[in-house]
Amino acid sequence: MVNDEVVNEFLLESYENLDRLERDLVALEATPRDKEILSSIFRTVHTIKGTSSFLAFERIEKVSHAAESLLAMLRDGTLNFNRAIGNSLLALVDTLRRLMANVESTGAEGEVSVDELIAMFGRLRAPLAVAQPAPVATPESVPAPEAAVASAPPAETPAPPAVVAAPVTTTAPAASVQPPATVPTVVVEEPLPAVIPPPAAAPAPVAVQLPPPAPVVPSPVSIPAAPVAAPAPVASPPPVVAQEHAEGGDEPKGGRSLADSTVRVDVTVLDRLMNLVGELVLARNQILQHTVTQTDPSLLATSQRINALTTELQEGVMKTRMQPIDNVWSKFPRVVRDVSGSLEKQVKLEMEGRETELDKTIIEAIRDPLTHLLRNAIDHGIERPDVRVAAGKPAAGRLQLRAYHEGGQVNIEIVDDGAGISAEKIKRKALEKGLVSPERIARMSDRDIVNLIFMPGFSTAEKVTNVSGRGVGMDVVKTNIEKIGGTVDVHSRPGNGSTFKLKIPLTLAIVPALMVGAGGDRFAIPQVSLLELVRLEREDAARSVEFVQGVPVYRLRGNLLPLVYLSRELSLPEAGDPEGALNVVVLQADGTPFGLVVDEIRDTEEIVVKPLGKLLSGLSAFAGATIMGDGRVALILDVLGLSQRAGIAASLRDSLGSGAEEASSVADEVRQTVLVFRVGASGRMALPLSEVARLEEIPADSIESLSGRQFVQYRGGVMPLAQVSRIVAPDQPAVAWGERIHIVVHARDGINVGLVVDGILDIVEEPLRIQTEMSRPGVVGCAVVQGRVTEVLSVADLVASTGARLPNHSEAA
Amino acid sequence: MDNARQLCTFFVDDLLLSLEVERVLEVLRPQEMTRVPLASEVVSGLINLRGQIVTAVCLRRRLKLPPPPDGWKPMNIVVRAEGGPVALLVDEIGDVLEVEDAAFERPPETLHGPAREMIRGVYKLKERLMMVLDADKAIALPTAAERSSAA
Repeated sequence: MVNDEVVNEFLLESYENLDRLERDLVALEATPRDKEILSSIFRTVHTIKGTSSFLAFERIEKVSHAAESLLAMLRDGTLNFNRAIGNSLLALVDTLRRLMANVESTGAEGEVSVDELIAMFGRLRAPLAVAQPAPVATPESVPAPEAAVASAPPAETPAPPAVVAAPVTTTAPAASVQPPATVPTVVVEEPLPAVIPPPAAAPAPVAVQLPPPAPVVPSPVSIPAAPVAAPAPVASPPPVVAQEHAEGGDEPKGGRSLADSTVRVDVTVLDRLMNLVGELVLARNQILQHTVTQTDPSLLATSQRINALTTELQEGVMKTRMQPIDNVWSKFPRVVRDVSGSLEKQVKLEMEGRETELDKTIIEAIRDPLTHLLRNAIDHGIERPDVRVAAGKPAAGRLQLRAYHEGGQVNIEIVDDGAGISAEKIKRKALEKGLVSPERIARMSDRDIVNLIFMPGFSTAEKVTNVSGRGVGMDVVKTNIEKIGGTVDVHSRPGNGSTFKLKIPLTLAIVPALMVGAGGDRFAIPQVSLLELVRLEREDAARSVEFVQGVPVYRLRGNLLPLVYLSRELSLPEAGDPEGALNVVVLQADGTPFGLVVDEIRDTEEIVVKPLGKLLSGLSAFAGATIMGDGRVALILDVLGLSQRAGIAASLRDSLGSGAEEASSVADEVRQTVLVFRVGASGRMALPLSEVARLEEIPADSIESLSGRQFVQYRGGVMPLAQVSRIVAPDQPAVAWGERIHIVVHARDGINVGLVVDGILDIVEEPLRIQTEMSRPGVVGCAVVQGRVTEVLSVADLVASTGARLPNHSEAA
Repeated sequence: MDNARQLCTFFVDDLLLSLEVERVLEVLRPQEMTRVPLASEVVSGLINLRGQIVTAVCLRRRLKLPPPPDGWKPMNIVVRAEGGPVALLVDEIGDVLEVEDAAFERPPETLHGPAREMIRGVYKLKERLMMVLDADKAIALPTAAERSSAA
C-alpha cells in the first residue's frame, strides 16, 4: 500500500472523478449537445492529467492528454460526438481505474498498456472530421434517444432512434444547408453522428454568431425517425426527447456541480463511532435496569437525561451511516448500457426513489444482487427489438428501479416490461432437473412456481451467455438478500414482464426487540417481524389448538396459524408457561405468518445486534446475539430461519411421506384450501380448491347425453361431464339425481370440464398431504382432512374419462 | 537469526498443549456463558468480553478427549482469529515457555484420532512432551470426517 498522503489524496479524488466522468459520459450519449456535461468531462480529464503529471504517473498523463485533445475538439464543435467516441472515453475510464488500482496497491502504474487507447483517440480526432466547423447542424442524429442507454446496431444506416435535428429556423449564415454527407464521415463506425453545439450557442433559437458550428436549435418538435441521410433540415427534438427520458444518469443540469457543504470522513472512523454508540446503548440499558429500583430523585433525573441523550445520539450517528441507494444505482446506467449493447437489445432505464436511504452495510450487501437482477432482466426479460415490435411493444424495453420505505423496511422493485416468466417453462425445468417432485408441483400456484427460479441449480437459459445462465445467479441473490435479513420474491405477468421485489431492513445495528423466554433461556425477536401477541389461558389453550396431521395450528380470526414451539425447535427442555397458558408470538417472515409458542413474554428493548462468529453462522434459527442490560448474552432469533425450519419440521412429521417430499420445503406448504364433497350417499372426498374453477348448480334436465357421454351447455360452450361416483365407486348404487346437480368445474386453458358430485360438504384450510398413493381410478391417494382419512380426487382421471383432451395437463398419470 | 519462540502453555485433560503467544489475545478466568441451542457440541456458548460477543470452544470436546467433569470451571484462552476472537476452554493455564526451533518435531505416531489433525508438532521438554496446537484448526468446526471417526 502506498503511504504517500499526496498520492492517496490523488487516488481518492480521482476515483470520485472517474465515477462522475462515467455518469457524465452516459448522460452525454443521451444529450450530446449538453455543453455543461461536456465541460465537466473536459475539466475532469484535465484535472487528472494535470495532477498525474505532477506526480509523474506517465501513463495516466499520456492517455489523459490524448483524451483531452479529443475532448477539446468536441467542446469546440470541431468534432461530433458519437457512440464510438463514447465507447473510447468509457474505455478511458476503465483504463484509468486499472492504472490507479495498480498505483494504490504497488505504488506504480504497472503494465497497463495505454498505447492502443491513445491511438484510438488519434484516429477519432482524424481530420475526416469537419476541418471547418461548417456543416454542423443539418442532419443530426442522436444515438439512443429515448433511453438513457440504448444500443443501436452498428453499421445499420438509420438506427431506429435516429433523430434528425435541423438547424431549421436558423437563418444563419453558414451551415444550415450543408449536406449531411460530410458529417457522417466523422464517425468511425456509426453513421449517426451527433453534433454538439459549440459552447457559445445556447439552446436558444439560432443566434448564429459563430461561423463554425451550426446554430442548431433544438426545438421541441418531435421528429419521425428518419434516416440520417435525410437532409430535411427540419425537426430537432433530440434534446427534448432525450431529456424526457434522460434518467439513468444524473440530470445534466442542476444538482450536479453544486458545491455541497460536506465533510469527507473515513469509514473506519464512522464505524468506530457506531460501535461506541452501540456500547453506550447497552450501558444505558444497564443503567435503566439498575435505576428501576432506586428512589434517589436526582439519580433518576440524571439517568433519564442520559437515556434521552443516548437515544438522540444513536439516531444521529445512525444517520451518518445512512446513504442514499443512489450510491449503488449510479453505476447502473453504465451497466445497462453495456449489457444491452452486448445483447443487442434496447433498454430504457428509469430510477425512482434514488434518495431512499439505507444503512451503509446494507448498501454494500445489495450491490451485487441488484446488479445481477438488472442483468437478468435485460438478458432474460426484455426481448430483442424485433420481437418486441412484433408483439406490439415499443422497441425499447422499459426497466424500472423503484425504492421506497414501508413499514420499517426498504422496498426495492425491479420491473421490466419484457416477456415475463413462463410458469410452464419453469415447471418443466424444475421437473427435468428433479428439483421438485411432480406431486408437489401439481399443488403449487403459478406464483409459487415462478419463485422456483431461486432454487439452487436452476437456470432456464438455453445458452449460457456471458451475462447469465450459469445457474448460480438467482439462488445466490436470494441467499445474499436473506443474509442481511431481507426477502426477495418475483411476480410475473406472462407477455408483460416481471417484477422482482426485495424487502430489506433499514438497519442492522440497533433494533427494537421483544424478549421472550423458552427452555430457561432468553431470546430476542426483532420487532419488525412481530405481528401480534396472543395469550391463551389454560382452558382456552387446550381447546384452541387443533392438530392437523400432527401439526398444531391455531385459528386466529378465521385463519389457520401454524404453531411452532420454540423450546422444541431449539431442543431445549420444555418448561411451558407457569400457569399453563399458551403464549403465542405471531410472526411473519416472507409473507406467511406463523405463531411461535414461548414459555414467557418479557419486555421490549432496544438491542444492539452483534453478528455471531463464523463458527455459528450456519445456524438458521439465529440472526445474531446481543448483550442484555445485565451483561449476559442473549441470542436473537432469525424469524425467516425459524419459519423455514418449522416448514421442514412439519413435513418431516409426514410419517409415510411420498419420499419425494423435498427437505427444503418452505412454510407456504402448510396452507391449502381444500374442497370436501360427498360421493354417493355417504362417501366423502377432497380436492384442492386450486383445481376448482367454479362451483355450479344446474338443473338436471339441462344435461344432454350423446353416445353414452353427458354434456351440458355452459357459458357459450359445450362442457363434458364426468360423474365422480361412477368412476370412483362404480359398484355402489348411484345416487338418483335430484332436480339440481352439483358440478365442480375444472378449467384449463379455457376448456371446462364438469365433475358431477353428490353434494358439497365444506371448504377448509388445511395442508393436504397425500399419505398413500392409490392406484384406483379417480383417486390420487389418501390424506387427513378435517381429522378424517379422506380420499383425494384425481382430476386427471376424471377428465380422461370424459374423453376430453386438455392441453398441458400436468398431473402425473 | 532468532531460533527461539515463545509459547503459551495450558492443560487439557492430561495433555500439555501450547499456542504461539502472537495468537493469544488474553487469558480469562471462568466466564458466564450463554449456551447456543442447536450448535455443534464443541461450542460451549457465548461470552461477553467487554461488550464483544465471543464464541467459546470446549477444547476437550474438540479434541475428542473425555468430557469435562461436573462443576467444571474452565479457564479461557482468547485467541485471535480471522472472523473475530474465539475463546478456548481449557483446564488450567501453564507458563509461557521459550523453546528452540531445533527442538520441534512432527507429531508422534502414538497420537491418533482427531487430536492428531490439530497438533502441529511437539517439543520434547525435560519431563514431558508439549504439543503445539494449530489454532485455526482448533477453532474450526469439526469436519464431517472428524465427526464420523470414532472418538
